[in-house]
Amino acid sequence: MRAAVTILVVAALASVPLWLRDPYLLNALITTGIFVIGAMSLNLLLGFTGQLSLGHIAFFGIGAYVSALTSLGFDAGLPGGFRLVHTSWPPIAGFVLAILVAGSCGYFVGLLSFRVRGAYFVIVTISFAEVVRLVALNWVELTQGPLALTNIPSIALPLPGFGELTLRTKFHNYYLVLVVALIAYLLIARLVHSHFGRAMRGLMENETLAVSVGIDVTRTLTLAAVISAAIAGAAGSLYAHYIRIIDPEVFAFINTVTMVIMVISGGKGSLAGPVVGGLIFGLLPVALRPVMAPEAQWIAYGGVLIAILFVLPRGIVPSLAQRFARRRSGAAALATAALTDTGAKEPA
Amino acid sequence: MTARSVAMTIDQVAVRFGGLVAISDMSFTVGEGEIVSLIGPNGAGKTTAFNVMTGFLTPSAGRVTYQGTTLTGLKPHEIADLGLIRTFQRTSVFPNDTVYDNLLIGLHRQGRVRLLDAILGLPGARASERRLRQRASELIEWVGLERRAYDTAGSLSYGEQRLVGVALALAAEPSMLLLDEPVSGMNASETHRFVELIRSIRDRGITILLVEHDMPMVMTVSDRIVVLNYGRIIAEGTPDVIRNDPAVIEAYLGHGAARA
Ligand SMILES: Nc1ncnc2c1ncn2[C@@H]1O[C@H](COP(=O)(O)OP(=O)(O)O)[C@@H](O)[C@H]1O
Ligand SMILES: [Mg+2]
Repeated sequence: MRAAVTILVVAALASVPLWLRDPYLLNALITTGIFVIGAMSLNLLLGFTGQLSLGHIAFFGIGAYVSALTSLGFDAGLPGGFRLVHTSWPPIAGFVLAILVAGSCGYFVGLLSFRVRGAYFVIVTISFAEVVRLVALNWVELTQGPLALTNIPSIALPLPGFGELTLRTKFHNYYLVLVVALIAYLLIARLVHSHFGRAMRGLMENETLAVSVGIDVTRTLTLAAVISAAIAGAAGSLYAHYIRIIDPEVFAFINTVTMVIMVISGGKGSLAGPVVGGLIFGLLPVALRPVMAPEAQWIAYGGVLIAILFVLPRGIVPSLAQRFARRRSGAAALATAALTDTGAKEPA
Repeated sequence: MTARSVAMTIDQVAVRFGGLVAISDMSFTVGEGEIVSLIGPNGAGKTTAFNVMTGFLTPSAGRVTYQGTTLTGLKPHEIADLGLIRTFQRTSVFPNDTVYDNLLIGLHRQGRVRLLDAILGLPGARASERRLRQRASELIEWVGLERRAYDTAGSLSYGEQRLVGVALALAAEPSMLLLDEPVSGMNASETHRFVELIRSIRDRGITILLVEHDMPMVMTVSDRIVVLNYGRIIAEGTPDVIRNDPAVIEAYLGHGAARA
């Protein structure tokens, strides 16, 4: 039943570019898909370890810049007269490097902040994002600063025997994002259901008890941060090669807030939550564009979020799942009650 | 009980909280496979001693060694990895998970497979999962919670939650088990069952250090008893010796000794 639903949803998503010809809508779906991947990565931390990364966009932005710079090449001065020179590599190498570099950054941020957790982690992540933004803004020789990195090449897939397939069109990019999103989803699902996922859950529910049965807090949380940051880096890379221009605004706090809203509304700690929340808040601007100025839309987002949480306090997916389960067990209870009823009457 | 090798040595351990001396100069040993009880009135320092032994507290002085390893400076999960596992005085479960999932979390030490193997669903990782599920079911059966296996642990009765706590500790495959007031909140028949459980744990070769207020239970189950008062050991010996020790009767058991 569950597998059937999954296959149906994936098939429906895969069919979209075949019938949807509106480039504006397709574009909205692609950028939404990229942010859904970011939201899934945030959910791995927020939903499964309980740690709120309010600088999560930093890993996304680092992925975007690493991937762009790898594929564009650069020549930047270092103190002491040295120069940092790199000639351009294929974008696919940028994608891989984006994952590795973002993951390493996740490691250091995790190591730094998980010794003292909670509010401290929130502050470290916010500061980290701000520092990275300032670097991107001021190291002009490397990043072009506010002038932005432009002409970022599209990702090209090597097809053995056929040469390369350059993913330039929206049609191509839609499928690229869909495939990466599916891989990220499966990866997170497998993680969460593994013994590693149980360690994360144990720590979130009762840390004292978890360590007493041998669960290593620092290792578990740091690993979660690395994987989360790496996935965010992958999303950032997709973003850079799709939009083909990035500037330091990618690190804006509002982008982290968007991902947090996607996770909370869809339901943190559920696998499908960030997908549902991401689709709603990613596509909301499309629906609101004819009726509202972009600045006013934020008010609408706030309103929609509050409305969702008012009706479904734990987020859309977990709350609906709970209601569904309750109705089912309610039906089961009724059935058994009916059975015992007749059972009680029989002897009479 | 003579030629028994020593499992744990507590050597001149002291714990101070600011000006309060919770434990002063505590020294005793626990032999391999022994059931030793640590008793004493409320506030005597029993839980504090457990916290020192399991790495939740660093002693102000002295040290604890377990099977030759000095525990000072080790983190709780590292001590757990030595096979030294504890339960908690206050009920402690993973409340939002089912009893079955609680035990799967408790089986962490047995379930370590390479993360990549788990992600890729390789045969080794799958076989490990099957073993864990099998083991979780066995443990549930063993503590008699089969009917509650798929209820969330937080929804169980107090006594049942204590059983989950013990099952969780056993899931971690202890070579020595520290039980902090395991039968408090249990009724007479539950307590009786629990004594059987402790004996069968010991029969598996697991050393047990027990903190308990239920004197009849302590007297029947212990090989040896250590009596603590105001952070100080005031007596040590077999149940018979303790029962007749004037200092113990005076300081702790009072007229309760007559019942025991
Ligand atoms: N974390 C702590 N901070 C300050 N005092 C504590 C702390 N833990 C225990 N104590 C004190 O140490 C003494 C011993 O407590 P405890 O070990 O819990 O006793 P027991 O388990 O024997 O009832 C008590 O006076 C208690 O108030
Ligand atoms: Mg106590």
